[in-house]
Amino acid sequence: MWAFLGSDVMFFGAFIATYLVYRGRSLNGPYPSEILNIPVTSVSTFVLLMSSLAMVLGLHYVKEGQKNKGTLWILAVVLLGMVFIGFQMVEFSEFVNEGLTPRTNIFGTTFFILTGIHGAHVTIGVLWMAFLAYGSHKGTLRPDNALDLEIAGLYWHFVDIVWIVIFTVIYLISATDGPPPGAELLHG
Amino acid sequence: MTTNSLTFPRFIPRPKSDTGIWSWIGTVDHKRIGTLYGLTAFMWFIVGGIEALMIRVQLAQAESTLIGPETFNQLFTMHGTTMVFLVIMPLSAAFFNWLIPLQIGARDVAFPRLNALSYWVFLAGGLILNFSWITGNAPNGGWFGYAPNSGATFNPGLGMTYWIVGLNILGVASIAAGLNFIVTIINMRAPGMTMFKMPVFTWMTLVTSVLLVLAMPVLAVAGIQLQTDRVYGTHFFNSLGGGDPVMWQHIFWLFGHPEVYILILPAMGIVSEVLPTFARKPLFGYPFVIFAGIVIGFMGWFVWSHHMFTVGLGPAANSAFAISTMLIAVPTGVKIFNWIGTLWGGNLKLNTAMLFSISFIAMFTIGGLSGVMHASPPTDAQQQDTYFIVAHFHYVLVGGALLGIFSGIYFWWPKFTGWFLNEKLGLANWALMMIGFNLQFAPQHWLGLDGMPRRIYTYAENMGWENSNLAASIGGFVLGLGILVFMFNVLYSKMNKKIAPADPWDGRTLEWSTSSPPPPHDFDVIPQVQYRDDFWFKKYPETVAEYYGHGDDHAVPSGAQFDDEPVNAIPTVSGGAEDHGHGDDGHGGGHAIHLPDKSYYPFILGVGISILGIGFLTHFSVFLVGAPFFIWGLLGWSLEPVNDPA
Repeated sequence: MWAFLGSDVMFFGAFIATYLVYRGRSLNGPYPSEILNIPVTSVSTFVLLMSSLAMVLGLHYVKEGQKNKGTLWILAVVLLGMVFIGFQMVEFSEFVNEGLTPRTNIFGTTFFILTGIHGAHVTIGVLWMAFLAYGSHKGTLRPDNALDLEIAGLYWHFVDIVWIVIFTVIYLISATDGPPPGAELLHG
Repeated sequence: MTTNSLTFPRFIPRPKSDTGIWSWIGTVDHKRIGTLYGLTAFMWFIVGGIEALMIRVQLAQAESTLIGPETFNQLFTMHGTTMVFLVIMPLSAAFFNWLIPLQIGARDVAFPRLNALSYWVFLAGGLILNFSWITGNAPNGGWFGYAPNSGATFNPGLGMTYWIVGLNILGVASIAAGLNFIVTIINMRAPGMTMFKMPVFTWMTLVTSVLLVLAMPVLAVAGIQLQTDRVYGTHFFNSLGGGDPVMWQHIFWLFGHPEVYILILPAMGIVSEVLPTFARKPLFGYPFVIFAGIVIGFMGWFVWSHHMFTVGLGPAANSAFAISTMLIAVPTGVKIFNWIGTLWGGNLKLNTAMLFSISFIAMFTIGGLSGVMHASPPTDAQQQDTYFIVAHFHYVLVGGALLGIFSGIYFWWPKFTGWFLNEKLGLANWALMMIGFNLQFAPQHWLGLDGMPRRIYTYAENMGWENSNLAASIGGFVLGLGILVFMFNVLYSKMNKKIAPADPWDGRTLEWSTSSPPPPHDFDVIPQVQYRDDFWFKKYPETVAEYYGHGDDHAVPSGAQFDDEPVNAIPTVSGGAEDHGHGDDGHGGGHAIHLPDKSYYPFILGVGISILGIGFLTHFSVFLVGAPFFIWGLLGWSLEPVNDPA
């Protein structure tokens, strides 16, 4: 799993590098400063971070053999992950309403592909966790094979950490990005 | 195993038989998967070779009109893509599969079903890529698919989409295989085999696997970005939307240069096994060869922009990448000196495998030296996109990787099959390949320096390029004849079997300690390892003192400070989740040996993945066809016990 995560680091790394290289190079709006809603995304970020806490507790109780508590906390991971995806869907549709699509400008291209790929990772994680929650409920996920959950947890924490990086580079660093110098000349 | 476990309805019964086509589709045996890899890759090798010969026919004369420019573009694109992704990489994978468990004294890889999946996905990727020929719309943007030439504006039609989808599917296979071999090598070594007692081929496999796992996702990113540009109108490589075509070059070569070492390191590992065996000496400077391999694997990440010296990145970037490129020649040179040192004073046995290995050193050195030439940006500006570059990379990939692989084929064939390949035909095979190869690619050095650009479908009569091109074309056919002789050799030797013993070459490593071909469980008893080249010292205990100092059984060869832990302090390795039949069984004797049961799910999941891939090519509704297979394979796999209760 660690080796796979190393592989995934390169995957996200290339997308994040693309975003950073292209940052501030949009030739037309909407620009990040006009469209990013940092307070709302901070809430969804908090939700995702809390899911990692639930993950830790879920693993703890499964290892202890407390089946019901374990199931409950894994379900909490599923729920919080779904809430995060819900936030992302709302955000995407708002952006589209305000005129930002992947085709609008290079910010739209890099923003939607990077966060979309991350969203796909969260979705896979949610399905995986739901599967494990069912197993825990049925009693097939027990202290002796808690490694299954631990490995899924590694993945979950990884996706979470990647989001912290994405939140930093897209939302925090780029929050004030407007048109590049000279862009007004293009549109006369 | 467990009293209450989740089950998934089994629509088809689990394969049980050991013969017939279904036993191959359901196989999880690393040796069978290795054979499948080898046969499939050889089939693509013939396809890629025919493409090369068509190119050579077209270029044999000036102003030839046999093949039009459109087809020519498709030919050189598919030749390059095929030879890199469908031939050299999977031929190496065939050796990984066959040899790694045998060399480290294990009964299978860590994840046998993942291993099977990786083969089926590889097969699907190759079929999708080559299916484009039937549609008449093969990829035509060159094997590195430069944007914006590969984008929708300049390259409408499905050709480059086939290329992207095919390569991304192949990437999944490579990552799965890479993960598998990393885990196998780290966790499943026989008791006593510390890292620095591993055979060199195992070491090079480990480095290659790490490169695969880290490099393939970068190619996937490039493919996804190009695909969204082509299909959904994003702006990654579209300068009108704020993107930059140079970005493609950076991302592609950030994958592409480690890829070069993915292609050559396994061959270096093979040569490092063949040379000591037939020089009847231990490898000269084992730790240096290992560390050189690791350094190459690491530095391979810092040289990618030498493919882009003419882009105009500026003197600072060009200088930095020129220096790193020249530096990476140092570990490569170290290896060459080590191989020569191994031969020096050895009692050489010049059979076919050895001839291929020695030729590898010579040809690879030529290719390496021309590589150092265009490490210098001003020189490269002269040579960029000329036949000099074509000559260079064919000297390292054919003269290097392919000769190494042929050496490995002749060397391990008796182990794989239980019979020898004919040596006389082998000699003809080697001679024809060497003559043909040099006749084909040596003239391309001066063609390139004389200014002939690569990838042109024809050239004018008065350029003075005709003789060299004709020589190269004749050489191509001689090389092809050499391959035909090899195929004949396989058939001839199969009909006139000369049975091979378990240890036909007086080998040094563990794979020679089991029968030829090995039993399904590889080893009756898991070996206990005490020395590097353990099998050799078990056969010739009197030579221990010569190499390991006097009297002390636990002493280590000079220069290997990592080996000084006493053997009994090394814990018995316990395997991964699917590792059965390891550990206790090896010592207990009377126990039955457990191997993982066969499974169809890797195949079903592979079918699902390839149909999803076809969905990207045609219409999203195809996803609805692929998804059930995908989910069936995934869930069935997850809930299938490794071994059914007896």
